[in-house]
Amino acid sequence: MGRYVPYLLFGLVGLVLLGIGLFSGRFVLYLTMRVMLLSIFALGYNLLLGRTGLLSFGHAAFFACGSYGMSLCFLHVTPNPLVGVFAGVCLAVLAALIIGFFCVRHTEIYFAMLTLAFGMMVFSLVWNLRSITGGDDGLVGIGRAPCLGFPIARDSQFYFMVLVFFALTVWVIHRIRSSAFGLVLAGIRENPQRASFAGVSVRLYRLAAFVISGAFAGLAGSLAAMLESNTNPFSAHWTHSAEPVLVSLIGGLQTFSGPIVGSLIFVVLREIIERFATNWMLWFGILLLVIIMGFRGGAMGRIEAFFARKATPRGEEGRP
Amino acid sequence: MLESLVHVCLTGLAQGMFVWLVACGLTLIFGVLRVLNFAHGAFYMLGAYFCFSFLSWFGDNFWLGLIIGPLCVCAIGFLMERFFLRYVYHLDLPYQLLLTFAFVLIFDDLVKMAWGAGSLGSPKVPGLSGSVPILGRNFPTYSLFIMGAGPLVALALWAALEKTWAGRIIRAASSDREMASAIGVRVPALYTGVFVFGTWLGALGGGLAVPYVGLLTPGMGESIIIEAFVVVVIGGLGSLKGAFLGSLVLGLLSSFGTRFIPAFDMFLTFILMAVVLLWRPEGFFGEAS
Repeated sequence: MGRYVPYLLFGLVGLVLLGIGLFSGRFVLYLTMRVMLLSIFALGYNLLLGRTGLLSFGHAAFFACGSYGMSLCFLHVTPNPLVGVFAGVCLAVLAALIIGFFCVRHTEIYFAMLTLAFGMMVFSLVWNLRSITGGDDGLVGIGRAPCLGFPIARDSQFYFMVLVFFALTVWVIHRIRSSAFGLVLAGIRENPQRASFAGVSVRLYRLAAFVISGAFAGLAGSLAAMLESNTNPFSAHWTHSAEPVLVSLIGGLQTFSGPIVGSLIFVVLREIIERFATNWMLWFGILLLVIIMGFRGGAMGRIEAFFARKATPRGEEGRP
Repeated sequence: MLESLVHVCLTGLAQGMFVWLVACGLTLIFGVLRVLNFAHGAFYMLGAYFCFSFLSWFGDNFWLGLIIGPLCVCAIGFLMERFFLRYVYHLDLPYQLLLTFAFVLIFDDLVKMAWGAGSLGSPKVPGLSGSVPILGRNFPTYSLFIMGAGPLVALALWAALEKTWAGRIIRAASSDREMASAIGVRVPALYTGVFVFGTWLGALGGGLAVPYVGLLTPGMGESIIIEAFVVVVIGGLGSLKGAFLGSLVLGLLSSFGTRFIPAFDMFLTFILMAVVLLWRPEGFFGEAS
């Protein structure tokens, strides 16, 4: 019985999301789409951080690759949104392959700094190649042509495209996590040396995880470009790379649904704070301090621990 | 042509020394505490703003501002280490980095609240605001001053770490924390001290930057911290010698880049880093990871 509860919950969430798409006003639609985009970004990202144990501070670069790939494709090649998304993801994968090739030689702090610096390299390219990327103005006027015959120009229509991609992401990430590949990644996180003794090419697996998470960042970025109908060079800035880290942390690093819950909390909280105060960064920083100093498991980690404690009979607590 | 090259070199050296002044504190903190401090850029920014304010309060006395400003930032650094950072040394890397990142968010917004979100123009430093003719062209005096201040700080740091009793203890704690603790070094207090000193260096870099960069903006720490990170990486994490050399290479490269291929000047920095890492993954003077 207990093992079906997560599936039931996810079905319920899916129904709620469908309901929002059919009956909500524009503001709620927009917010929900932002939550889903951030979830896609963070779900992919957590495959690297939570699963493989690598902290990247450069994933905004892949997000931006997705945005700019999609937008350039729209402006110069074809308005077809699926082709655009494909182009965005391809560009992100390419960038992740190149950057990952350098970065996975290191781990821990070295890895974090390398990804940070290479991410800023992409930012500097976006910023300086004015003729291609529009420099600090970004690219504007990204429209939404019909997708497979369905119109997506209005937010209430585009919502379902985002929802489909969100559901796909959840499914794919779930499959990856429970696959042999995903288990090897967890093994690498726990003990890279032992994994390499067992014949696993640690570097290759890390690169694979890096590229996959980059691809999802690109997906989120290309959809975001369509949602906002423009691209923002600061989406490649390192401060944006902190977002998926924050979100995973708020939700819980070692949980599957953590990034989704974290995204929801992040977007809604930011909206609330911005409504009442102009300086949301200050309040967010304070919240972050509180989480790190006191609630490190994250929201889902707390909830899971709570249910795990209930499920274990008395006297068995703390036994592995 | 020759004059132009000399000037590009001089500008590069000044730029390199400027980055070094910020990066040395970061390197020192990393070398001893093994914590990469994102908030170092924020300390740099706070140093700049404090110096700016003191400068105007004390009737344009730049030097008095430069002494008092960084000391105020030190107090902030002390509070941060004593009440927050100290409790995350044993935690995983993401928590440490995000803790310092939280302070970046907080300080950026506090600066906006205190000094406004717009940029502030820099005041002139009496005696250093002009320019001197070098090979028939004018070169800013203040850049020459930065070029002198950089090696001076490097020399002072070297002497403090290699020749004094406190420096020896710091080196001991950085190479083996547990052993140092076992022979009676009060490691937590030492960490606080080193962090506060590193903060002071970052804030001093900020104060010295006030006339150099010309404009103060609330996000000014976010760009310099990246350059400082690059310097720390190519120099070898925690190596002051490497950071000094890395700063020089970075400064020269960026000034030559700006002169000859202006569209890619920032890009060159990262190419440099990639090349160094391929050639020597541990950086110029780093130990193998």
